[in-house]
Amino acid sequence: MPAIETPAIETKALTRTFGPVTALSQLSVEMPSGVVGLVGANGAGKSTLIKILLGLLAPTRGTATVLGLDCLTDGLKIRELVGYMPESECLPPEVSATEFLVHMARMSGLPTDVARERTADTLRHVGLYEERYRPIGGYSTGMKQRVKLAQALVHDPKLVLLDEPTNGLDPAGRDEMLGLIQRISTDFGIAVVVTSHLLGELERIADHIVVIEAGVLQRSTSTAAATTMSSVVLVEVTDRAAEVMALLTAAGAKAVAGDSEQTFAVEVGDERVLDEIRGAVADLDVGLVRIQRRRHHLAEMFQSAERPQSAERLQTSEEVSHG
Amino acid sequence: MAEQETAGVIHDIGFRHYDGPRLGRGWIVRSLLVETFRGAFGFGRPAKAKVMPWVLIGILLAPPLIFVLIIVLTGMKDLPVSYTQYFSSLQLIISLFIAGRAPYAVSRDLRHGVMPLYLSRPLKRDDYVFAKFGGMALAMFAILAAPETLLFVGALLAKLPVGDQIAGYAQGLAMSVILALVLTGIGLVIAAFTPRRGLGVAAIITTLVVVSAIGGILWGILTSMDNDALGAYLSAIDPYNVVNGIATSWFSVEPNISAMSTLGFTGGLVFTTLAVAIVWGSVAILLARYRKVGVV
Repeated sequence: MPAIETPAIETKALTRTFGPVTALSQLSVEMPSGVVGLVGANGAGKSTLIKILLGLLAPTRGTATVLGLDCLTDGLKIRELVGYMPESECLPPEVSATEFLVHMARMSGLPTDVARERTADTLRHVGLYEERYRPIGGYSTGMKQRVKLAQALVHDPKLVLLDEPTNGLDPAGRDEMLGLIQRISTDFGIAVVVTSHLLGELERIADHIVVIEAGVLQRSTSTAAATTMSSVVLVEVTDRAAEVMALLTAAGAKAVAGDSEQTFAVEVGDERVLDEIRGAVADLDVGLVRIQRRRHHLAEMFQSAERPQSAERLQTSEEVSHG
Repeated sequence: MAEQETAGVIHDIGFRHYDGPRLGRGWIVRSLLVETFRGAFGFGRPAKAKVMPWVLIGILLAPPLIFVLIIVLTGMKDLPVSYTQYFSSLQLIISLFIAGRAPYAVSRDLRHGVMPLYLSRPLKRDDYVFAKFGGMALAMFAILAAPETLLFVGALLAKLPVGDQIAGYAQGLAMSVILALVLTGIGLVIAAFTPRRGLGVAAIITTLVVVSAIGGILWGILTSMDNDALGAYLSAIDPYNVVNGIATSWFSVEPNISAMSTLGFTGGLVFTTLAVAIVWGSVAILLARYRKVGVV
């Protein structure tokens, strides 16, 4: 596991304007070395941020560091240690994945023999086997996305920036890609920043979520902390739900009535609350139908946040693309 | 564990990290330049891509071979075509080569959006342009210098006066350098603005043929109006005539356009300035172009 303590990326009051348009405004954020999900609608400033991080665009004000290197002055060094997977199409159709990757590895500064060796390895890791000798033009979208991911990994970077890697994939392909991204962090030990406009898929794999909207930082939270903090269980009993709730409230737990008569939700501050529920049900001698941990969605967290309109927009975009 | 290994179990050795050297910008630019040079001849590309360049190279090399045979057999005292005139006589073939190869060098990366991948690597934006220009210019120089060299070797075999031949060969090589730079500049600029390869090929060959025709017509009209000097200058709308002008003015070789020999020092200055302007201008245009297209 990579060290979580040192931030892979750190920005301080980062601002970038294009004439009258402000793409990034006073962005101060630290991204740790796990999987960081960067969420924002199109035009939120994600790609401007990536350009600055790669040292390709100078910020108007503020500073940004990647792996401790200054983006303004150490661009070349950063690009040696960082891999980038663009959102757009970027593969020439008439060459094979192997040829293309060897070339891109050399363009990252690897000697030719190392480039060949690592090409074979990297393609295997992203799940491309025999087809790697065929021209890319004949590949499916999923295979192309894997080649795009492979070119970002082939030079063994310390950090990869993945721009919308699940774009255009079907649900199964999406799951595979997300699994692969998780492995990059856990098995390969490479820090990952992955962007998406879909909060739902990022919450599954990200250790940390950063939300920006219109160039302004909305939220930067560790997902682990967020989940334990507000975990909720749904309880259904056969009878006397109100009395069970009263007992729990008396014991200090927070219980809220549910949709139907015999269900209610209990906030699980710590594991003892579960014991309380069992105890209360046993004391009142009612049947316990279920205790269900409600799958905690980060989306819900943002819905209850201080700026509900932005969260709704994120959720809507999620529903639309799932539908 | 050891037993398993001897039993021939394939282990997933996991993701291997690389601690070896990272060769940096100089190596990357050199690699890109070499790749562009090789690509111009179809090396490292499918067999189909090798046909056109090598047919053209064959045509370029055939006349010198025949000339060499003729001199050796007949005992002529001079080359049938001078080193500097050679390019004008095979102008169309040279134009076809640059028209075919310049789009090959740049259109793939432009059309398929590969530029962001280069830009996210440890090289600078302009490095890509210089590497492509360098590789293409070197390839052009190679196909121009090869027939010159063949002529030179043939002349020596035929025991023509060595001193004259060395001088002529040197002039021929100098012209090859200038012509390679000028044609590369024009070819790459047009190719960089026509990402579809076929369109690029057509655009370059059309441009070169049309300006050549216009140059010829202008010269013809002005000569018939007894304004030979202006006609000679205006004929330089054709890049081949720019190079001819330079050769005529500085090397005092026989010109294809007779009036060029009367222009003297001024003419040399004008044609040289023109050549420098074409090369410098096309590099500037390419750099500006790639500042736009290479956006991540």
